Amino acid sequence: MADTTYTIPDIVEVTPRRWSQADILEWLGSWVTTVDHKKLGILYMLYSIFFLLVGGAEAIAIRIQLMRPEMHFVSPQVFNRLFTMHGTTMVFLVGMTYIFGFANYLIPLMIGARDMAFPRLNALSFWLTFFGGLLLYYSFIGGGGLYGAGNAPDTTWWAYAPLTERAFSPGHSPDYWALSLIVTGFGTIGASINVIATAFSMRCKGMTLMRLPLFVWLNVVTSTLALLAITPLTASQVMLLIDRYLGGHFFDTQAGGSAVIWAHFFWIFGHPEVYVLVLPAFAIANEVIPVFSRKAIFGYPAMVAASVGIGFVSLSVWAHHMFTIGMTSVGNAFFALSTMLVGIPTGIKIFNWLATMWGGKIRFATPMLFCVAFMVQFLVAGLTGIMQSVVPWDWQLHNSYFVIAHFHYVLVGAIIFCLFAGIYYWYPKVTGRMLSEKLGKWHFWLFLIGFHTTFDVMHIPGILGMPRSIYTYPADRGWGTLNMIISIGGIIQAIAVLIFAVNLVRSYFKGKIAGDDPWDAWTLEWTTSSPPPDYNFATDPVATSRRPLWDLKHPEDPDWKYE
Amino acid sequence: MAFVLVRYRQRGQDDTAEPAQIYGSTRVEMAWTVIPVLIVVVLFLTTARVIFAIQDAPEPKAAMDVTVVGHQYWWEFDYPKLGIRTANELHIPLSNPDSPTPTYLKLLSADVIHSFWVSQLSGKTDLVPNKVNEMWIDPHKTGMYEGQCAQFCGVQHANMLLRVYVDTPEQFAAWVKNQQKPAASDPSIAAGRRVFETQACMNCHTIAGTAATGRFGPDLTHLMSRDTLASGVVANTKENLREWIRHPDTFKEGSLMPAMQLNDQQLDQITAYLSTLR
Repeated sequence: MADTTYTIPDIVEVTPRRWSQADILEWLGSWVTTVDHKKLGILYMLYSIFFLLVGGAEAIAIRIQLMRPEMHFVSPQVFNRLFTMHGTTMVFLVGMTYIFGFANYLIPLMIGARDMAFPRLNALSFWLTFFGGLLLYYSFIGGGGLYGAGNAPDTTWWAYAPLTERAFSPGHSPDYWALSLIVTGFGTIGASINVIATAFSMRCKGMTLMRLPLFVWLNVVTSTLALLAITPLTASQVMLLIDRYLGGHFFDTQAGGSAVIWAHFFWIFGHPEVYVLVLPAFAIANEVIPVFSRKAIFGYPAMVAASVGIGFVSLSVWAHHMFTIGMTSVGNAFFALSTMLVGIPTGIKIFNWLATMWGGKIRFATPMLFCVAFMVQFLVAGLTGIMQSVVPWDWQLHNSYFVIAHFHYVLVGAIIFCLFAGIYYWYPKVTGRMLSEKLGKWHFWLFLIGFHTTFDVMHIPGILGMPRSIYTYPADRGWGTLNMIISIGGIIQAIAVLIFAVNLVRSYFKGKIAGDDPWDAWTLEWTTSSPPPDYNFATDPVATSRRPLWDLKHPEDPDWKYE
Repeated sequence: MAFVLVRYRQRGQDDTAEPAQIYGSTRVEMAWTVIPVLIVVVLFLTTARVIFAIQDAPEPKAAMDVTVVGHQYWWEFDYPKLGIRTANELHIPLSNPDSPTPTYLKLLSADVIHSFWVSQLSGKTDLVPNKVNEMWIDPHKTGMYEGQCAQFCGVQHANMLLRVYVDTPEQFAAWVKNQQKPAASDPSIAAGRRVFETQACMNCHTIAGTAATGRFGPDLTHLMSRDTLASGVVANTKENLREWIRHPDTFKEGSLMPAMQLNDQQLDQITAYLSTLR
């Protein structure tokens, strides 16, 4: 992983004999041509973290511009590109890749397999995603096309038609946006098929479906949703390109097309997408919370049912993004009901996590700290979500900073917190070394403070009438102080993330040696060495229960007696 | 949650004994499934009632009708019954709760999706091209209410501001009377009018009673009756007006109003002319 920190000059000067040019090429080749699920998982994670830093930098630029009313840090054109690229990057290049980073690395290890079901499809999926991301960012150079200087997409990440039609966006930036998402979308489809096939067909002896770690279950639901959600997105991107270049009129309102159809297509992708992103976060919490509470997960069957339930319900809530677009009252009422229903299975999950901790012996290592914060924040995000499902409220709050605060509570407060929890938890398995707990605690507390400074406060300007996507605002509206506080919180978060990046690199070289099972955990990945050998397990493991390692450690009181 | 964190934390490094393993409990799990279901049922019924009450409210006879047309970065307001067309500043009469005169807005768009939002008066509704949306407002307090476009519509989305003036019935009647008059036509500023009518200004703007009948930009017949320029970006003063015509990007970079490359004399003449359009 951090072999990448050997730069070529170093190698030439310091260790010329150990690293000849041929060695480097062979090492590079081993990463580029790999079909090993662990290496691909690491590539996905590095890609995700890299774009997390890029998208974070864009967010900081946005926040500097909004610090004061009528600031001139960036021009309106640049600002619109920044928030469009921030959203697109975070959703498609960070969110969609961390899922498959964790899933690729861990699912075969957790179910006692030696690789994913389709190793080559796995590699193809990663490289499609990889080049899709490059294509998106190449738009900074090529997006203007014949119209002059380059520019990146600037029509928001939901890219409502007809603003993306050629009449209103004559350059090539919407083409880069659409094409790169088609390419990464195919990567996602391949990876999702792989996850589902692996979970259903590669399980070791004794690993029945009701013994699958919840991590794997949630990733199966995620991948199923991704398959269902990415398809309409890809279809709508193709239609957009047909409109733009082949004289189609799907969304071309000037020729009788429908802007509302685009919104439906986009959100029938976009809302399941939220669950595609958040269910893998639940997956991580489902592994971390029991281990650090020293108790089995509470209500395993209910957790599986709730996950599948969330998957189903999430397919019928999309138009709650469209309460203001002019649907009938019956349509609005239907989507209010379906949206509220999501609260039930998610509520079950929160209760079950709490019950898992109840009566346990909680160890506050860094992964657990992130998960505890996640639970509180996800609860708040759920409650503000229910508020917005109440349609008359949403007419007021829709597209305001309240919504931005709400979904960042999900995307950062839940997903990014769990992403960090997962990295702290499994880093020792991947690298063989522990991440520094001291830096980890700094990272956690700073990030927590920054997060709440930013996103708690952000609800207020939304209620006061501040819409999203604005590059500036008049001084007399009274939003200045609030925005200043929000921006300061953003900078604190950025510092925390930099500490995390330092920790990742430093611990790779200087971290404490981890051993096979540093957390005293119970799932199969901790039975093999850290890092695991290429073949994962020397002999095929046998799953005796949901916690095979618990049974080994506690032969006097094994789990299988209770299942 | 705080209780759990404190009560069940690990006490000391040597405290390594595993706690009792509990796998689940059908009874408590049923409880925290059924109770949320009941909450959802109640919440949904309340919500549905309010949705129907707002969306399906019949329009009273006394209601005011206004057609709102969203344009890239400005608002057009038409009063079909009164024969008035204005921009960016909506005047409506105060509604008395005893005999309400709400304003019913018909929302259209000339180009991309916009969204009409004056947070103190009502929720927002989108203006979607090729679709007619409706909403109503029923203001009970006079005053000026600020709002703005709430759906990203292009470069200057942030400065697509709007104002709603809730007037007393007398003020409103006076405003209507003034708006219904044709444009002022003072011979002393005929030069400026000639510039307006011979340059491209007239392609996009209307001034009632002149050759200018463009619909792409705001109607200027009573320009000086408005408090702001460029859809609320700056105060409507003579200096700002002149600068706005000379170089629109000063106030609103990326606005669709072009800089017309007028010379100083033309600028002075046209500003003088427009300043008489009260």
